[in-house]
This record gives sequence, structure tokens and C-alpha cells, in this order.
Amino acid sequence: MKKGNLKQILLITDGCSNQGEDPSAMAALAREQGITVNVIGILDHFDSEDSRGLMEVEDIARAGGGISQIVQTKQLAQTVQMVTKQAMTQTIKGVINQELQDILGETGTVEDLPPEKQGKVMEVIDELGETVDLNVCILVDTSASMKAKLPTVREALTDLSLSLSARMGSNQFCLYLFPGKRKPVHKVIGWTPNLENIEKTFAKIDTHGVTPTGPAIREAAKSFGMLSKRSMIFEDEAYDDGPR
Amino acid sequence: MKLMMTGQDDVSILPGTVLKGKWHGKHYQIIRKLGSGAQGTVYLAHADQRTVAVKVAKDRASLISEMNVLKEFNQLGADLLGPYLYDTDDWQEGGRLIAFSVMEYLRGTALNEALPTQSFDWIAVFLVQLLRHLQNLHRIGYAFGDLKPENLMLMDPGHHVRCLDFGGATRLGRSIREYTEFYDRGYWGLGTRKAEPGYDLFACGMIMLYAASGRRFEKSAHPEEQLLHICRTKPQLAPYREIVAGALTGRYTSADQMRRDLLSRLMERQNTVKAIRPKKKNRRSAKKDWAKAWMTASLLLGVYVIFVMIYIM
Repeated sequence: MKKGNLKQILLITDGCSNQGEDPSAMAALAREQGITVNVIGILDHFDSEDSRGLMEVEDIARAGGGISQIVQTKQLAQTVQMVTKQAMTQTIKGVINQELQDILGETGTVEDLPPEKQGKVMEVIDELGETVDLNVCILVDTSASMKAKLPTVREALTDLSLSLSARMGSNQFCLYLFPGKRKPVHKVIGWTPNLENIEKTFAKIDTHGVTPTGPAIREAAKSFGMLSKRSMIFEDEAYDDGPR
Repeated sequence: MKLMMTGQDDVSILPGTVLKGKWHGKHYQIIRKLGSGAQGTVYLAHADQRTVAVKVAKDRASLISEMNVLKEFNQLGADLLGPYLYDTDDWQEGGRLIAFSVMEYLRGTALNEALPTQSFDWIAVFLVQLLRHLQNLHRIGYAFGDLKPENLMLMDPGHHVRCLDFGGATRLGRSIREYTEFYDRGYWGLGTRKAEPGYDLFACGMIMLYAASGRRFEKSAHPEEQLLHICRTKPQLAPYREIVAGALTGRYTSADQMRRDLLSRLMERQNTVKAIRPKKKNRRSAKKDWAKAWMTASLLLGVYVIFVMIYIM
């Protein structure tokens, strides 16, 4: 397997979408383009409204080939980095399973190997997870109900950057917030290798009522196109204009 | 797909159940549950007339990674670092394939349960022992990663600690595989999450703070000052203040160095306790000793000068 890069969308939300396209459909579309969609649902108390949100969180991740996790605000930081890392492992494992099937036929998955061989495969997966380049587009729901949770979200993202920067492979992040002022989604940070100085970004946010999760996922998927174009034209600069 | 990759999270095995390995064909009869944590559940089991610990992990990948590390320790002859690994296999149960591993059963109490019953002097001694284990671990190229009292075992007969859960063990230079926020230097803004000796030593410092405070505490707006303040103000920590602060701020880069400092502080402290009682007499005799030393030194110097003069002439 050649050393490639992994593309992930990380959606952080607390509830249901209520505007635009079906978010699961958009997540499936992203997956078609080789982008994994992971979803973290922040639910501090479970009531009927929240359980609908919970369903949606799982649906989006399933359609996007990623991982979903429901957390309370307090556990966000550790969950964000864990979900991102586990989703990486899962993607790598998926690729390896695919290759195994090509060699061994239909039944060939890692689980079908004896433990000694599984150990060898895990070493390869660990090695790839450590060295592969990772691009994460972070999509944060800033609808009114999220307002109180945003300081924790900011901390969790700084923590994610810290965790991933300890890897040997390189990382690129970009940050989108939704809803935007006159458009469904607003790009606040373009592709950049670390997320250390994002305090200001979150200070300026005014929260809105609608939650256009579907359109936001579509825009986030587009951002990877800019990444590949950009890496051909300029190597290292991050640029910060809004989505077109 | 939900977070757990193989859906082993809800496995609960009743006493008396026999686990039959799919690959190696060995049988293990479950006696009772020993404990369960975020990573999985450990059972006590019978096998070939011996008692073993059987670990059933929630996540196959994490179990297999941990077994890779243990296997390497066993091969390197670094047995004392972790439990001996007997077997790793899959158990076919109700259409599911459950991965488990069989290890040496370490009889003892987890350090977090043992700490409240121990005097603080013991805690420093445990840390000295732990630092020796860490030194060995670092020498063969691993950081422990998820170092916390819950992952350390106070062995039953005798008074020594051993490391128990190697799920966080990471090759030096890579990113830490598993960690617990309270013991993680990244969480406190005091360093990276790269596997290096200093990462484990920070956790050692936090174990001391935990033992002195009796609980995990929340992070404040200025974490570094917060930790150093606790370090300064807890009376139990007074003798080890600089060492703990050094571990927290990354001054130590090797476990051996921290161990030597701690050890010499422990030995030194016993001397000062002894010296307090015969205070007056001691001081006088010290003065006398000093005068004697002076006399000897000047005498020797004199002889030397005369000798040199004679030699030159």
C-alpha cells in the first residue's frame, strides 16, 4: 500500500438539522469521494428532542463511513481525539481488509487470521496510523443551543491538534462553522497544520437559530478539493477566504 | 458504525463458562471477574491446573496491540515489566468471535485502592520502585503511556509495585496510544503527547500530587501554576518538592536521574531525623572535627611545600 493521505470531516453538533439537504445523503456523497464523516453529538441531558438528535448523529456517521459518539460537554476533549484516531485506524483497516480479500477471496478479513498474524497486521496498521498524512475538516454547529458549549469545543479542538501533532505524519486542519451569516456555512480557518490560535475565531461568533447540517457537510466535502489544488500551486501557505 | 469496532463491549462472561480457543484449542474455565475498566474486563480462570488472568478487551485492535508489546517484553527477557503472556486466541460464542488473551495472574491490590491505607513514606518508596521499572521500559524503547495508580499493582506478599495494563505502551517517538487526562502532560499544557521518558515522568509527578491530595482535581485557568502551587503547599510533599516540580515541568529526561534524586532525598531525610536528637553534642563535635581537619590540612600542605622546595634545590 502506498503512503497516501486520509480525509475526514469531523462534525460537532448537539441536535437536529432543520434546513437544506438531508445530512445523511450529503455524508454518503462525501464518502463516495473518499472522505470519512465522523460525528460527535453533545447531549447533556436526554429528552425526546435529544433522542431524535441522537438518531441523526448515528445516521450521518453510518452513511459517511465513520464513527459516531454521544458525549457530555465535559468529556468532549478526550472523545474528539479518540474518535479521530479510531476513525483513522478503521479506514486503514478497511483498506487492508480490501487487499486481504483480493488475495484470500471473500472471507479474508483481519479477524479470520490466527492471532499471531493479526498481531503482525496490527503492527502495520499502527505504523500507517502513525505516519500517514491526515486532513481533517472540522465542522462546528453554532446554532443557538450550542452557545454555552463553544468554549469547551474550542478547547477540545486545541487538544485534538496537540494529540495529532505528536504523530510522525503531517496534519492539515480547516474549520467551518454553520450556520453562516447569509449562507449555510462559514469558513473561518483555511487549511493549516495546527489549531493553536483559535480563541479569536470563537470570540466573534454570533449564534443563529437554524441548523443547515446537510449543506454544511456538502461545503466541507468541497474544501478537500481546495486542498489538493492548493498543494499543487503553493506548498505551505494557508489561505483564509470564504468558500465560493 | 458505533465507536467500538468489533462490538465486544457488552460481553459479560459468567463464572463457570468455559472459553475454548479457536486457534490453539486450549480451554479456560472462568472463576470470577477480577475487574473491568475502560479497555475491557479481566477474569480469573483455571487452565491446566494453574490460575491465570483472562483479558477480554472491548476493542480487538487495542487488545492485540497490547499483546504485541507484552510479547516483545517476554522475548527481551524483560519479564518483570509486565505479566507473562501465555496465549492469545479467539472464542466463538453465539455467532460472535471474541478476542481474548491469557496472562500470568498477579495477585495484589491496584495502587489507587492501596494508597489510602499506606503512609506517605511508602508512596515515595513505591515511586522509587516504579522509576526502576520505567527506566528498564524506556531502555528497550517504550514509554508506558497510560501511567496511573489504577494501572499499577501493589503485589500481595512483599511490598513492591508492578505495572499491570500495557494498553498505552507506545514506541518512543510515536504518539501516545492511550492516556488519562489527569496524568497527561498535554492536558495540563505542560508538553506534547509524544512518547518519551519525560511523558511518563510527568505522570509520576501527578501520582505524587494525587497521593498527597487524595483525589483527582479539576484543571484551573492557569494549570502550571495550579500544579506547582499544590506541590508547594502540601506538607507531605515538602521533602520531595523540587523533585516533583522537576518531573512536572520536564526537567527530568531520564527515569534513572529522577530515581537517584528521590532515593538520595529519602536516605538524606533519615539522617536529618537522627541528627536532631543529639543536637548540642553533635555541633560541638562537628566543630572539633573541623579544627582537626584544618590542622591536618595545613600540616600536609607544609610538608608538601617543604618537599617541593627540597626537590627543586
